[in-house]
Amino acid sequence: MKPSPFIYHRPASTSEALEMLADLGDAGKVLAGGQSLVPLMSMRLAAPAHLVDINHLPELDTVEVTSTHVRVGAIARHSRVERDAAAYDAIPLLRQGLENVAHPTIRNRGTTVGSIVHADPAAEMPAVLALLDGVVELRSANDRREVAATDFFVGPMESATRPGELAVAATFHRPPDGSGSAFLELARRHGDYAMCGVGAVVGTDPDGSVTHARVALISVGDGPVLVDVTPAVTGNGGGFDRAALNDLIDHDIDPEDDIHATAEYRRHLAHVLTARTLEQARERAVTARRAGRAA
Amino acid sequence: MDTETLVHVAFTVNGTPHELEVPARRLLSDALRHDLRLTGTHVGCEHGVCGACTVLVDGAPTRSCLVFAVSLEGAAITTVEGCGNPDGGMGPVQQAFQDCHALQCGFCTPGFITTIAAYLEENEDPTEAEAREAISGNLCRCTGYQNIVAAVQRAAELRAGRTGGPGANR
Ligand SMILES: Cc1cc2nc3c(=O)[nH]c(=O)nc-3n(C[C@H](O)[C@H](O)[C@H](O)COP(=O)(O)OP(=O)(O)OC[C@H]3O[C@@H](n4cnc5c(N)ncnc54)[C@H](O)[C@@H]3O)c2cc1C
Ligand code: FES
Ligand code: FES
Repeated sequence: MKPSPFIYHRPASTSEALEMLADLGDAGKVLAGGQSLVPLMSMRLAAPAHLVDINHLPELDTVEVTSTHVRVGAIARHSRVERDAAAYDAIPLLRQGLENVAHPTIRNRGTTVGSIVHADPAAEMPAVLALLDGVVELRSANDRREVAATDFFVGPMESATRPGELAVAATFHRPPDGSGSAFLELARRHGDYAMCGVGAVVGTDPDGSVTHARVALISVGDGPVLVDVTPAVTGNGGGFDRAALNDLIDHDIDPEDDIHATAEYRRHLAHVLTARTLEQARERAVTARRAGRAA
Repeated sequence: MDTETLVHVAFTVNGTPHELEVPARRLLSDALRHDLRLTGTHVGCEHGVCGACTVLVDGAPTRSCLVFAVSLEGAAITTVEGCGNPDGGMGPVQQAFQDCHALQCGFCTPGFITTIAAYLEENEDPTEAEAREAISGNLCRCTGYQNIVAAVQRAAELRAGRTGGPGANR
């Protein structure tokens, strides 16, 4: 099918985009990479009256890396963030997550901020944002606010972004030295949305013992499900107690049946992938401790 | 709406500048096929999954069914028609598909050709596993993929000027 008609706006600056969005209110929608919005429009699941195209705003095509964070601008494509060497050095979890987002061809056009605003419960980057205590920067014609990941994901496909607002950037905070991270998922075919996926950040002390750990799970709840699994760290900090992990995970996830997997199978995946992801993250933390860098 | 508002957009396709007046909702795939009569680009699923419509936008493989033509102001687009040799003969990826019998009905082929052409710009000598990964976003209902994987490696040979028989250097 084809999209229904709409009126197209191509602002030449961010401030012009914000004015347009303010004028259009509920009738306006942002067009970023279009990798979610265009198929929804073609299937007539969405029919916005106006689209404001932010693809021609180079000031939003940014990846800024500092000693404390990585800030990704609204039109930075997934592929650009994935390839950015400085961003990878600062926060390896960015690339670890992005490699699981769709296929490279989709990543060439889709944006990281767009996938966060889209808030698909199966999407990887909302989970990465949650794990890294991320913040979304929202601007409107006469306001600017920052929303923490914990408040940003309101429900399935629903974020805290209001009509008239543009998410100009997302900021991911660098985990402390001695941390390790990993992202693993299982999909029917590589590149599809995952039946379940898990990101993890594990912190260690100078001896390499685990001090704290968190995971964020996808496709098993209304949004990314962030779980502090520190209580499941074993006595000497050398690993995790499987039964305790499963209990912590079961307490917070709420998987559902669909044509791709049953709820029970997703729960099983959540258990298995959580244990594997944590172990990989722990190993990386220990290796990084030895080499004196983040992993 | 009887008459839809038309939007002006200018971009190049295979090096030729084009100016179009199209409805905003015109997908790039339709602009190429219907407005520019470049029917080499095929449309399968029209929602980003099959890869048949893949073209290069400023060198990067992109689903033409997932972009509006009007959003591509100033872009340089390459379709399968632009993947030939300058002398009009087949380009290395196309030649490799013939050598390796990498197509049957051919519906999926344009998307594979563009994807592989761009991939080889970044990785000139892929292993078999890398070749498989490179085409993982494109679906083919006929071939079973084996010959397409072989064609990726054959195309790499042709580009490097190793022009023995198919697979001669493997
Ligand atoms: C075949 C296929 C497979 C995919 N697989 C995955 C996958 O496995 N994992 C995954 O995470 N994603 C997947 N995606 C989606 C892809 O990652 C999208 O790029 C992403 O979800 C949306 O980003 P976008 O830039 O394309 O946004 P768009 O499609 O342009 O926009 C999506 C929504 O967000 C709004 N929006 C976007 N940017 C902003 C902004 N800056 N401010 C305010 N509102 C904004 C839009 O108005 C729209 O409602 C897949 C897509 C396809 C077609
Ligand atoms: S037609 Fe575009 S991906 Fe299938
Ligand atoms: S050759 Fe028929 S779909 Fe690929």
